[in-house]
Amino acid sequence: MSLKANVKVHRDRFVLDVHLDVDPGETVAILGPNGAGKTTLLRALSGLIKVVGRVELAGEVLEDSATGLRVPTEERHVGLVFQDHVLFPHLNVLDNVAFGLQAQHRPDAKRIARGWLERAGLAEKASSMPRELSGGQAQRVALLRTLATEPRLLLLDEPLSALDVTIRAVVRRELSRQLASFGGVRLIVTHDPLDAITLADRLVVLENGHVVQSGTPDEVTARPRSRFVADLAGVNLLRGKGRGDHVELMSGASVAAPDAGAGDVFAVIHPRAVALYLSRPEGTPRNVWQGQVEDIDLHGERVRVRVKSPVSLVAEVTPAAVRELRLHAGGAVWMAVKATEVSVYPA
Amino acid sequence: MLAGLGLLFFLLPLAGLIVRAPWDQALVGLTAPETATALELSLFCSVAATAAALVLGIPLAVVLSRTTGNLRSVMRALTTLPMVLPPVVGGVALLLAFGRRGLVGSLLYHLFGIQILFTTAAAVMAETFVAMPFLVIAVEAGLRSLDPRYEEAARALGARGWMVFLRVTLPLLRPAIFSGAVLCWARALGEFGATITFAGNFPGRTQTVPVAVYVALETRPESAIVLSLILLAVSVAILAGMRDRWLGAL
Repeated sequence: MSLKANVKVHRDRFVLDVHLDVDPGETVAILGPNGAGKTTLLRALSGLIKVVGRVELAGEVLEDSATGLRVPTEERHVGLVFQDHVLFPHLNVLDNVAFGLQAQHRPDAKRIARGWLERAGLAEKASSMPRELSGGQAQRVALLRTLATEPRLLLLDEPLSALDVTIRAVVRRELSRQLASFGGVRLIVTHDPLDAITLADRLVVLENGHVVQSGTPDEVTARPRSRFVADLAGVNLLRGKGRGDHVELMSGASVAAPDAGAGDVFAVIHPRAVALYLSRPEGTPRNVWQGQVEDIDLHGERVRVRVKSPVSLVAEVTPAAVRELRLHAGGAVWMAVKATEVSVYPA
Repeated sequence: MLAGLGLLFFLLPLAGLIVRAPWDQALVGLTAPETATALELSLFCSVAATAAALVLGIPLAVVLSRTTGNLRSVMRALTTLPMVLPPVVGGVALLLAFGRRGLVGSLLYHLFGIQILFTTAAAVMAETFVAMPFLVIAVEAGLRSLDPRYEEAARALGARGWMVFLRVTLPLLRPAIFSGAVLCWARALGEFGATITFAGNFPGRTQTVPVAVYVALETRPESAIVLSLILLAVSVAILAGMRDRWLGAL
């Protein structure tokens, strides 16, 4: 059950031209700035707008402009979750979740819907109206409403962008768990690199209607090929296992961090938090690594220094510091990061 | 100053109506058989006209909201014409179309022996003709301001045309349909020109309250005043009720 799409959409002067192959069980994030055509792509795949090209899902052709074939949205079994949820305001939570099942003429639609709500821990909200829900709850109900129809392809449009920053991490984790249990093809659209990297196995970076880069998060962030991806790579993102007071990376290196937790975790270190020294620094920083300067990049008043070490990081320093430390590509350097500057959250 | 004069211009006739009302005879006038008959008929005709407007007007509004370009302009003009057309002209037009010698009327008469002219059905048709545009305009405005993504979400969940319309579009349009229906009903209730032209003035059959007011003014002015007061009360009630609708949340 895989998705093969080769679509072109013309809108005024904007052209979306995307070739996409997604395997089942794989989560692909379409990442790009606003106006890149991400939502247009989702609407095209779900059949809400007509495309030039071909869309094939699980071997079935959904649309082919060459033959004029076009399966209407309601017959595609494609689950589309809108950015701001679009729950039906006149139906309560249970009826919202049961809606798609009723459309499929399932006689026990309400019972099945209640089951979905119970498994998601939202049973007590069954008779609430959408306007009474918090943003996080509305997002979860919108996802359940779609999952309940057992779509073959799940399309999520900016699933977390309508949420408060404070609850994003929680909802992101739950979303990640629900995505893992969904067997079909999963496609997420987002402009937030953090959402993309934490939720997806593979990134497809879309700019101006065209795919500029695709690959695993590591592949994409390691070699930016556009400004957007370069900004995206702006933070140091590490992945490893939480070990209480440190994170153990895949490479075997460890990063000290308070509250590192347990299990799969992400660690984020901002380049500004990485201090550079010519000799081993004395003092409190618990993360000290010796490395080699890979390259130096001037960005206005700041210089980004990429250092290759057991824990490769990008450091951001002032031009004065570069002169003082006589930093140059290939030179040796020590890096220090305070444990408190390492933020860790579950993967 | 001029604004005050303008306000006075509205207020004075209403005040006159209330001051000159034969309050002591109001109850008697209200229970007089001819008054009751006219009220009953008016109520029936206006409700029937509103029902007809709902059945015909909502689909028309849906089609209007989904057409674009010249066709839409033409359709809109045709729909809104009865709003600006003098009702008497509307009555004459109905007469020429559905009268015994009219375009459709002669066919109906010769094929089925049906005659619409001067029947209650004619009164309902006259009221529908004049009042339906209010409903169509309100529902079309509601449809245009409806977020299309609700319908898209329904379709993405597998709902087909009718299910989308009945379970998503129609319920979301409820406020627009309600306010449109109330306006339509109010307009139908007060309809005079088209009714008297096309349906005539037959007590119990086509003599609605406005027609009765006009006729009674000659012979029993106090009865006309009582009937007018009833229509005024209904208008004020609608205004008060609709203000909450218009200003309040959905």
